[in-house]
Amino acid sequence: MAGLNVNVELLRTILTAFVCDEVRKVGAQQVVLGLSGGIDSALVAYIAAEALGAENVHAICMPYKTSNPESEAHARLVAAGCGINFSVVPITPMIDPYFEMFPEADQMRRGNKMARERMTILFDHSACHRALVLGTSNKTELLLGYGTLYGDMASALNPIGDLYKSHVWQLSEAMEVPREVIDKKPSADLWAGQTDEEELGFSYRQVDELLYQMVDLRLTRPELLVAGFEPSFIDTIYGKIQNSHFKRRLPVIAKVSNRTIDRDFRYARDWGK
Amino acid sequence: MSCRIVLAQIKPKLGCINDNLELVENRIQQAITEQADLIVFPELALTGYFLKDLVPEVALRLDSPEIERLKALSRSISIAIGFVEETVDYCFHNSAIYLENGQIRHLHRKVYLPTYGLFDEQRYLARGEQFRAFDTKFGRMGMLICEDAWHLSASYVLAMDGATTLICLSSSPGRGVEGDCLGSAEAWQKLVSTTAMFLNCRVLYCNRVGFEDGINFWGGSEYVAPSGVSRVRGGLLEDTMVSADLDEGELRRERIFSPLLRDENLAVTLNELERIHQEKRSTSWQA
Repeated sequence: MAGLNVNVELLRTILTAFVCDEVRKVGAQQVVLGLSGGIDSALVAYIAAEALGAENVHAICMPYKTSNPESEAHARLVAAGCGINFSVVPITPMIDPYFEMFPEADQMRRGNKMARERMTILFDHSACHRALVLGTSNKTELLLGYGTLYGDMASALNPIGDLYKSHVWQLSEAMEVPREVIDKKPSADLWAGQTDEEELGFSYRQVDELLYQMVDLRLTRPELLVAGFEPSFIDTIYGKIQNSHFKRRLPVIAKVSNRTIDRDFRYARDWGK
Repeated sequence: MSCRIVLAQIKPKLGCINDNLELVENRIQQAITEQADLIVFPELALTGYFLKDLVPEVALRLDSPEIERLKALSRSISIAIGFVEETVDYCFHNSAIYLENGQIRHLHRKVYLPTYGLFDEQRYLARGEQFRAFDTKFGRMGMLICEDAWHLSASYVLAMDGATTLICLSSSPGRGVEGDCLGSAEAWQKLVSTTAMFLNCRVLYCNRVGFEDGINFWGGSEYVAPSGVSRVRGGLLEDTMVSADLDEGELRRERIFSPLLRDENLAVTLNELERIHQEKRSTSWQA
């Protein structure tokens, strides 16, 4: 599919210019991001280093005791590869006492809590370094709602939020993200052996094809069927997009005045910048 | 007449009239130093693009001190620039003025306000109602503001009205990263080249740079000769000044080589358009 093949040099130019422009115009010089050892945050680290200079990028690896040790090793590899500042802040001491109070909590609650714990650490470091938090969610995840609201989805700027996972792979190749990171199976790393694709029930390649045609090209359901997509696959993905839409919006405000924020009080975020 | 032009591919700050005016004045001084005759700025150069509810806050009346300052500078160099205009009856237009000899030589109000996809202009702005060519020290010109240029009728009308130079002020967002070059850049380059070629006109295309809420403006300002050939083009996303010398002889030669406008039959066009207009009105209930 042509649309899933991108001009990586052009993309690289735009995304590095984006980081440079949007960071500096708010008076900041530095950025902070969570480095998980996965490809998305690795790519964002490479983009940020190229845009701002490696010395202006602070990467934090925030493992939990069940995280795969390979993840931290890969995060170190990425940080060394692009020369950025690197530190490790384990979240076990914050997470475990909390769940001692709620031992019945399931994997989802634990995963969400961890994602939000990491968010608080990034925003704390953001204040410490006068740095902006970079988001690392890609378009595939954002559309499917495969992320934690106010957790890994929270950021000031997201350079890769309009890139499907397929694009992330291509750009990572071009920017020479370490091979181990590009080749490994994507994982949220909540428990040993977890992979995104097993959990989602389809591959990123498959879903990117469908999302591109459904969202970007706006093909109708009959047209998608003609294109060869299974009806159940189409319906599942459409449902995921619809049901996760709340994650992509601000909280709903009850309107009572003539000018309600974001409804009829409309300003760009870059207002005055 | 031959002249030296500068396309100021600037990065305005969103909603900051004073900062942008200072930036514009600096670029004008620079162009004067370079002995340019005309400097062209992008659409909404004094305000930035995604203004939304800021429109009434940044709007300027034609007799405002900011416009007076630019008028004064136009004694040294001709200036084409975009801004938000406030009328006496409190309408707000996406407008462009052409200044020369200390006067407003021409005012164009954007006719086609895009309101689709990422655009929302018609929500905030009133549309213009005219395309008129006007005489300048450097020949007869016409101004288009961004989306105006995508309507063939607009540049056609200006050319039929005698414009030999079309100035297009633009704030074009960059999108489409599948091809050899940026999708919107490729589309604009085709459009500007075709417009120049079909109408035997020069086109001065000035597009801004910078980002607003993650949306990039890609630059690529260019001077396209009447043959449709791009003579000079600004870099992608680059804050820069693009200079070119416009050669009157080239325009004359192109119009001899390819006398499309001489042969254009305005009467046929008008008759057919009138017929189509009548037919559409009489059958509109069927739509």
